[in-house]
Amino acid sequence: MPFALLKYGLNPRRRDAPQLKWPSEIRKYYDVIIIGAGGHGLATAYYLATRHGISNIAVLDKAWMGGGNTARNTTIIRANYLTPEGVAFYKESVELFRGLSQELDINIMYSERGHFTLAHTDAAMRTARWRAEVNKHLGVDSEVIDADEVARLCPVMNVSDDVRYPILGALYHPPGALARHDAIAWGYAKGAMARGVEVHPGTEVVSILRDGDRVIGVDTSRGRIFADKVVQAVAGSSSRVSALAGFRLPIKTIPLQACVSEPVKPILDQIVVSGSLHVYISQSARGEMVMGGATDPYGLYSSRSTLDFKEGLMAHMLELFPFMAELRVLRQWAGIADMTPDFSPVMGLTPVRNYYIDSGWGTWGFKATPVCGFRMAECVATGRQPELLKPFALERFSSFDLVGEKGAASVGH
Amino acid sequence: MKIMHCPLNGPRNIQEFVWMGDVKKVPDQASCSDAEWTDYLFIEDNIAGEVDEWWLHAPSNYLFVARRNTLTDEILWTKKTSDYFTDGAP
Repeated sequence: MPFALLKYGLNPRRRDAPQLKWPSEIRKYYDVIIIGAGGHGLATAYYLATRHGISNIAVLDKAWMGGGNTARNTTIIRANYLTPEGVAFYKESVELFRGLSQELDINIMYSERGHFTLAHTDAAMRTARWRAEVNKHLGVDSEVIDADEVARLCPVMNVSDDVRYPILGALYHPPGALARHDAIAWGYAKGAMARGVEVHPGTEVVSILRDGDRVIGVDTSRGRIFADKVVQAVAGSSSRVSALAGFRLPIKTIPLQACVSEPVKPILDQIVVSGSLHVYISQSARGEMVMGGATDPYGLYSSRSTLDFKEGLMAHMLELFPFMAELRVLRQWAGIADMTPDFSPVMGLTPVRNYYIDSGWGTWGFKATPVCGFRMAECVATGRQPELLKPFALERFSSFDLVGEKGAASVGH
Repeated sequence: MKIMHCPLNGPRNIQEFVWMGDVKKVPDQASCSDAEWTDYLFIEDNIAGEVDEWWLHAPSNYLFVARRNTLTDEILWTKKTSDYFTDGAP
């Protein structure tokens, strides 16, 4: 060991300056309380502080920062949805993601890979054409390609006819990207904290205080805190927290499982999804094959893993990528997803005044992190539902104005 | 493999069953308000704990009621629909 390194390590004056500091005290009043210190909650705090000049904010979390679905997703970013409402929304998210490393001064490892949604049936080809046309109309780069083009772009994929579900073509979305999920949470937290926002991990909200139809604060495991406005961004526990505020949601809580293989050298450049086979795969910057499938067949608040999931996933995966037979599974986990009847989020104003919700994040929450923060901040600051979020308001369920998002991940079509 | 006890077919692999959602009281379609109807259609209690649910054994198309704990993934019991409703459930 070089002497200088040893000397540096043993120097008592050396300080490991933590980038993120949790305040030890919690105050009695904040302008805004955000429940949930995941990507969405931290992004909302960041944009409130930077774009709207509101920085007297406490972000509370029952557990630790970025430890829920922010840590459990498969980091895919894309905008090739089906509904015009969804495409416009996710397009803004992709645009924000592209500038995020510069904006937050942290390397989010944004990597544009190209994204295939494979079609194995005529019906899936028809949906792919539909999505491509909606995308192009709204300025999102998507096109339908045939199986030969899939094989040219992704030579490791098995496009032969000698499988149970041969590939007929794909919806190809070149801007499809991956990013480092934890860095998004850290970056937003760092930026928000630099402007005076407080993040309090280990602070569970146990009840929500109301004065008539207006929220006035929260009771937490560390005492009572008053606030002018309260935001909940707790996908996975949305129904439980909204029940504290006194209203119910059109959400069922269902686990979404994923796993990674042992790391190997770069072999798969693109992100590959098959709605018909209920599988998706990409190779992370570390070399692991990151794989997921459909949500579990029944609702549950537990992040346990099942053999059924892996059995189905691997069977289809080996058809698409025969080389995967050589790989072993390294880790598996599950996230708890908010599934809505129309596969779109529930965002914005609620029946409780000054109480705002960011929920309904089923299998599409990570890719929406920046736009959710940006638009929820606008919603909180102005007290009005932003134009982009109008289609995703809770009222749509009482007016039968659902946004049927069949372009959502993990949804069979 | 997770096993579910079908009241008609006995213990079977849970892959044979379809989850049909909570047992809810159906509002009277002729007299209920729009709000009551959309609430019935879309809004969920989504309880973290014990819930009574409709389940279907798909191969035999047999519908029954199961009580499940949604925190622990345990199936507490399954009942024939006729037994469930005579036992005084909602």
